Amino acid sequence: MSKIKIVDLYKSFENKPVLKGLNLEIEAGETMVIIGQSGSGKSVLLKHIIGIMRPDRGQVFIDGQEISALPDEEIMKLSRKFGMLFQGAALFDSMTVAENVAFGLRRHTRLSESEVQQLVRTSLEQVGLRGVEHLLPYELSGGMKKRVGLARAIAYSPEIILYDEPTTGLDPIRADAINCLILELKEKLRVTSVVITHDMNSTYKVADRIAMLYDGRIIEIGTPEEIRHSTNPVVQQFISGRAEGPITEW
Amino acid sequence: MDKPIQIPFFSAFFCELGQVYDLAVKGFRAIFQRPFEKRNFWQQLEEVGVNSLPVVSLTAAFGGLVFGLQAYLAFHRYIGPGSESQGGPIIAVGLCRELIPILVGLMVAGRVGSAMAAEIGTMKITEQIDALFSLGANPVKYLVAPRILASMIMVPCLTLYGDVIGIFGGYTYNVLLMKVNKTLYVQNTLKYFEMWDISVGLIKALVFGLVIAIIGCWQGMTAEGGAEGVGRATTKSVVVASITILILNFFLSKILPATL
Repeated sequence: MSKIKIVDLYKSFENKPVLKGLNLEIEAGETMVIIGQSGSGKSVLLKHIIGIMRPDRGQVFIDGQEISALPDEEIMKLSRKFGMLFQGAALFDSMTVAENVAFGLRRHTRLSESEVQQLVRTSLEQVGLRGVEHLLPYELSGGMKKRVGLARAIAYSPEIILYDEPTTGLDPIRADAINCLILELKEKLRVTSVVITHDMNSTYKVADRIAMLYDGRIIEIGTPEEIRHSTNPVVQQFISGRAEGPITEW
Repeated sequence: MDKPIQIPFFSAFFCELGQVYDLAVKGFRAIFQRPFEKRNFWQQLEEVGVNSLPVVSLTAAFGGLVFGLQAYLAFHRYIGPGSESQGGPIIAVGLCRELIPILVGLMVAGRVGSAMAAEIGTMKITEQIDALFSLGANPVKYLVAPRILASMIMVPCLTLYGDVIGIFGGYTYNVLLMKVNKTLYVQNTLKYFEMWDISVGLIKALVFGLVIAIIGCWQGMTAEGGAEGVGRATTKSVVVASITILILNFFLSKILPATL
């Protein structure tokens, strides 16, 4: 049974279709990287997987359970399974770094305060941050915010981690450190990861499989090697980063 | 590409009204669900109540003074010199039933309702509300419910406080400045002024508190379009809440009995 299964997913915004019958299956423990143009609906897809958005049509299954049909309260109970790194980190402005990282821990676990603080420190160390617990988000650089966001997502050891452009805005060294962390989490915790990115270096490094989202559907799916050698001109144009080709809208 | 659907004005209005109603129902229901968001609730009590005290003190004091002044002039001109002490109960009733709840409602709408829209709107456009959801916190329960409860508690408290300041303002103008007979002024006030007059103001304040929180939160939750969208939501929250307060005030005055 697939860890995540998406069947015939449709979603429109103000009469503009974004997802048009998307199908995708992600196995437990694998890292699936979804590539595609900006505005192609990659983040919308992630938000359907975690239950933040509801499909107009279609189904989303997590461990065989259809979450797209569940009420908000039930989805929130399932949120223990997910950790999500948002594109802009989405740290809570009014809370310190430690409070941000502890937020999910306090909601999802019954740990004592000292255990929570210990896990906060460990999670921050995992993303290469020390001594920032007391800082507020506005005092952090863009890259640090992203790493705190990641620490918050992994703190309570979720089964599935969703990464929305994890390396965007980071310098190449930090970006690679995040890639290594994604691989490490996969190895150590056997987490299922769904990564959305434009960064092809990152894609080839972390992906077990790559899916290309174009025109509201997955048009190609395969291992990094298969995608590299794809004969689909849209995929080739995207992965080689050429302006000329079948993709004319940007 | 398909053309966007054009929704007629009235349909859009009723659609928005439905959204506000839906948020209000969910927010109310969330107040009674465990675990209660204590930390947010205390923060909102402070924000809505304690931090509004200076502005409410000023508006209530000057509202009382000017109401006292007009009552003095009216009695002096139309009834005659010496009748000004009869203005006491009129000032007290007018302030407690109408002026103070309205002033407090408008001040809190401007100060707190706008802040709610701006804060929640910023959280919306920076995906913090999505982050709350992903971390197992219901955004309505976490953000809206504590604001509704805090506003429904603190706006009546501020109104009661404003009543005292306002009545003292009217007394100050008439008795201390214009040398109206103090004993008659107080006697007349106590004779005609009823606890029900205070209660009417508090019932109104309770409704106004609900309106301010619901409209502020709803504007924030539906904000979109970056910083400009948050600015629009903030302005709209003040305008919509103020107009709603003024309209509701008339109907509440009409519905609530003059005396019990």
